[in-house]
Amino acid sequence: MIGQAVALQSDVPFPPEVGDFYLPSIVPWGGLDSLWFTKITALVWVSTALIIVFFLLAYRKPKLVPGKAQWIAESTYGFVRNNIAIEMLGARGVRFAPYLATLLLFIVFNNLWSIVPIAQISPNSHIAFPAFLALISYVLFNYVGIKKFGFRKYMRNSLIPPAPWFVLPILIPIEFFSTFLVRPFSLAVRLFANMFAGHMLLLVFTLGGFAMLQANTALAPISVLSWLMTIALTLLELLVIFLQAYVFTVLTASYIQGAVSEEH
Amino acid sequence: MNLSAAVEHSPILPLWQEIVVGGVAFAVLCFVLMKFVFPRMEETFRARVDAIEGGLKRAEEAQSEANKLLEQYKAQLAEARTDAAKIRDDARADAEEIRQEIQVRAREESDRIIAAGREQLNAERQQIVRELRAEVGTLAVDLAGRIVGESLADEARQRGTVDRFLSELESTGSR
Repeated sequence: MIGQAVALQSDVPFPPEVGDFYLPSIVPWGGLDSLWFTKITALVWVSTALIIVFFLLAYRKPKLVPGKAQWIAESTYGFVRNNIAIEMLGARGVRFAPYLATLLLFIVFNNLWSIVPIAQISPNSHIAFPAFLALISYVLFNYVGIKKFGFRKYMRNSLIPPAPWFVLPILIPIEFFSTFLVRPFSLAVRLFANMFAGHMLLLVFTLGGFAMLQANTALAPISVLSWLMTIALTLLELLVIFLQAYVFTVLTASYIQGAVSEEH
Repeated sequence: MNLSAAVEHSPILPLWQEIVVGGVAFAVLCFVLMKFVFPRMEETFRARVDAIEGGLKRAEEAQSEANKLLEQYKAQLAEARTDAAKIRDDARADAEEIRQEIQVRAREESDRIIAAGREQLNAERQQIVRELRAEVGTLAVDLAGRIVGESLADEARQRGTVDRFLSELESTGSR
């Protein structure tokens, strides 16, 4: 392994930079800077296709007593339905369960690329994807709230907490800021930053190992340690992948819950 | 590695091309899953609940029916038991009655037989006494007549008379 590493060490860029997240186009036309067909967009398409194919195959002929694939598909949806949608929204959560389940699956599959060999980068480490999903969540919870209460009552519910009148001048701007400005931003940034940082960490420890070898062959043991750290961090990344997808989905459900509940 | 470094990207500024790609991919995913997969899952869940609840309901019905039957059987059994007890009691009473009746009848019969025997004995005895009395009288008169009528001189004839009397007596007795 070290021999191989020595062979590879010729030009290891270190430290990794933001530019490492922006890979060249993978189709020859349109030039290297074309952003339509990059590794990132390819991974998005592949994960979308994988989810669709798996669910359509697993649910081709549903049975009362499920087979293995049907069981996996059902447990995934059942988890979101019962443990997120119904848990947070009560009986009316069933209506939102399909969207929430789709959201969770999309995030999980795209996150997973960050530790899949060869892929090794998650589309969600580009803020465009989390931002788009957060925008949908934002539109969704506001739409649901306005639909239920009408615009005026919804705004009153969201902005005016049950507090003495003299603190309202302070509270209303705070509520507005947190509900209508920070929420979509924090949703997007939380997911993006986690995936970005995860990829960055893996890069640091992987490339760091090579960089140390390049600097001095005597540092080989530390390189090995660095690569072991990469393995450990990959496991941590696996946890983060599922955790962040879960958090994104739960927060979306929680925003919907806040929008449709009567009291603040 | 940093091949696209020619174009600087800021990590917190979304690329519009990627937003379009992500949006389209997510929209397709939403369409397929929310239209063709998850509603069918809800259907399956409902069918499963129906199947389970239907099964429970059927089991409940069967249970209640079984309970009803059991009650019915118990009632019938109790009834049969009372009937049997009644029949047994009746039989016992009847048997006692019959026994007593038979006893009474037997006693009456034996009394009757004893009484009849006794009466007959009495009658026979009286008849015998009557007959004997008549015969003894006749015999005595007969003997006395003979003794008086015969000559006392002839001892031999006397002896003969006695002998004849005795033999006559014997023959009378044997008669």
